[in-house]
Amino acid sequence: MPVNYYIFLAIALFSIGIVGVLTRRNAIIIFMCIELMLNAVNLMLVAFSKMHHAKALAADAATTVGTDGQLFVFFIMVVAAAEVSVGLAIIVMMYRNIHSVDVNFLNRLKH
Amino acid sequence: MNTLLISAVLGVLMMFSGVLLKSRQVIRNLAIAGMAGLLLVNILELGGTTFFQINTRDMMAFDRFSLLFITVAIFSTLLYLVLSAKDMEKVGINYAEYFALLFFIVCGIVLVSSFKSLLILFLGVEIISIPLYILTGSDKRNLKSNEASLKYFLLGAFSTGLMLMGIALLYGSTGTFSTSFRLGPDVKPSALMIAGMLLLFFSMSFKVSLAPFHFWTPDVYDGAPTVFTSFMATIVKAAVFIGFIRLFNNAFGLMHGQWQLIAAIITAATLFIGNITAVFQQSVKRMLAYSSIAQAGFMMLSLYALSAEAYEGLLLYTVAYSLATIGIFAVLIKMNDYTFSGFNGFARYHPLLAATTTVFLLSLAGIPLTSGFLSKFYMLKITLASGKGMWLAVFAVFMAAVSVYYYFRVIQAMYFKEGDDPKIQVTTTFKWTLVVLAALVILLGVFPNLLLYWVYF
Repeated sequence: MPVNYYIFLAIALFSIGIVGVLTRRNAIIIFMCIELMLNAVNLMLVAFSKMHHAKALAADAATTVGTDGQLFVFFIMVVAAAEVSVGLAIIVMMYRNIHSVDVNFLNRLKH
Repeated sequence: MNTLLISAVLGVLMMFSGVLLKSRQVIRNLAIAGMAGLLLVNILELGGTTFFQINTRDMMAFDRFSLLFITVAIFSTLLYLVLSAKDMEKVGINYAEYFALLFFIVCGIVLVSSFKSLLILFLGVEIISIPLYILTGSDKRNLKSNEASLKYFLLGAFSTGLMLMGIALLYGSTGTFSTSFRLGPDVKPSALMIAGMLLLFFSMSFKVSLAPFHFWTPDVYDGAPTVFTSFMATIVKAAVFIGFIRLFNNAFGLMHGQWQLIAAIITAATLFIGNITAVFQQSVKRMLAYSSIAQAGFMMLSLYALSAEAYEGLLLYTVAYSLATIGIFAVLIKMNDYTFSGFNGFARYHPLLAATTTVFLLSLAGIPLTSGFLSKFYMLKITLASGKGMWLAVFAVFMAAVSVYYYFRVIQAMYFKEGDDPKIQVTTTFKWTLVVLAALVILLGVFPNLLLYWVYF
């Protein structure tokens, strides 16, 4: 399959994520949309990685060019996991205090 | 490299110290000693002694500038700990963990100021941000702190998503994560690359709170416990700025013409919004949040000009801004009332604190003989030297004049108004550290070469 299909899919997922972050009001759903954005990036990195690798393979059969994109994906996964643990903890802390996860309640600081 | 590894180890050590040690005094002293040790090993590395020989595969480069900035950042953190570590007790019960998180942030600062690969930049920014989300929300029962941390977290994660997309697009067009890719002399950058660069630009602007992306800053800085606001408004912001200029000089320096206009517009907008909104604030803490946006606008001039002197100027600016703001926050933390009227008659009861605070405020406003003046002068000089920044320099001077108003409001309240005794307790160490801080602010304003000399030799 040509690489552009993957890239279009990744951009579509990323856009859905952005629209979700900007329109939804529930903190957990916003958070899911952010995860969607990160995973769209993962998909894109893997697609680009394959693309660069295939191009380099034509010249040299034993090349490792282009594999670093896939390594990056692992780092994104690790960081996303760390972010989930901190983020859910913050949302739970919020829920304990106001019994809601609606971001419309986040206006106490705007005097 | 010394600092990176040792600060990570010290962070873990501080985590265990919370379990093993009962006395908060001992934990605090351990953290201060650790930070002093970190400063020492970093100065050793600046002198050429590295304890660890690690092949970073060209992903990081500890050049003189980055090492010097790390030294400055750790030195400021050390002063910050000496001044304010005791006040962290008021925030919550997880005293040792706060220090552990601070050490992890230092680790991220080292990464951000010495990266040569986008991977390291991403990891550095995240290692800085994630502990900050926790520190912002560390006052668990306080609704304002909760709200600030949730807001910071959601927007920070969103901007991380944008940054990653930028990195992915850039990778698609260049095939490498290294920031030292070079386009051929006549090759026009592809649309993919421009899109990636813009996404990186916007996400980095978000992290350093430049104008259209600044809306989270006042809320987060206001809601976070004041001790941690002090840290994230100064040292963290300076470090991310260093990462910003490193990225755009190394990777996109040759495409400077493509983004210089955007940088100019963002600078002007930041200066305008930061300064004008700060005028209308009633709380000193919130005023300082807007003032940090305004100062970020001034620092942004170095990206606009992007010359060799821009690095020097930015370094001097970050030092001047960090030292002065840490000093003001250290006094502010002690106050019970954060409004301007809370400072009424402060000079009568605490003449020394009032005098040092005045020095810091004068430095932020850019009055001559302080380092704030000289760093602002540097920024204007490089802007004019770049040839076409005349309107921007004039606008910046005008905005600096506006900033004098809100800084002097505090001085006026302290010296020329009558008020009650704020009843605050300060130790002798605190007083002396403030005096040292004020002396440094003035010293760097008179002899900036004490610092800048080390960039080259």
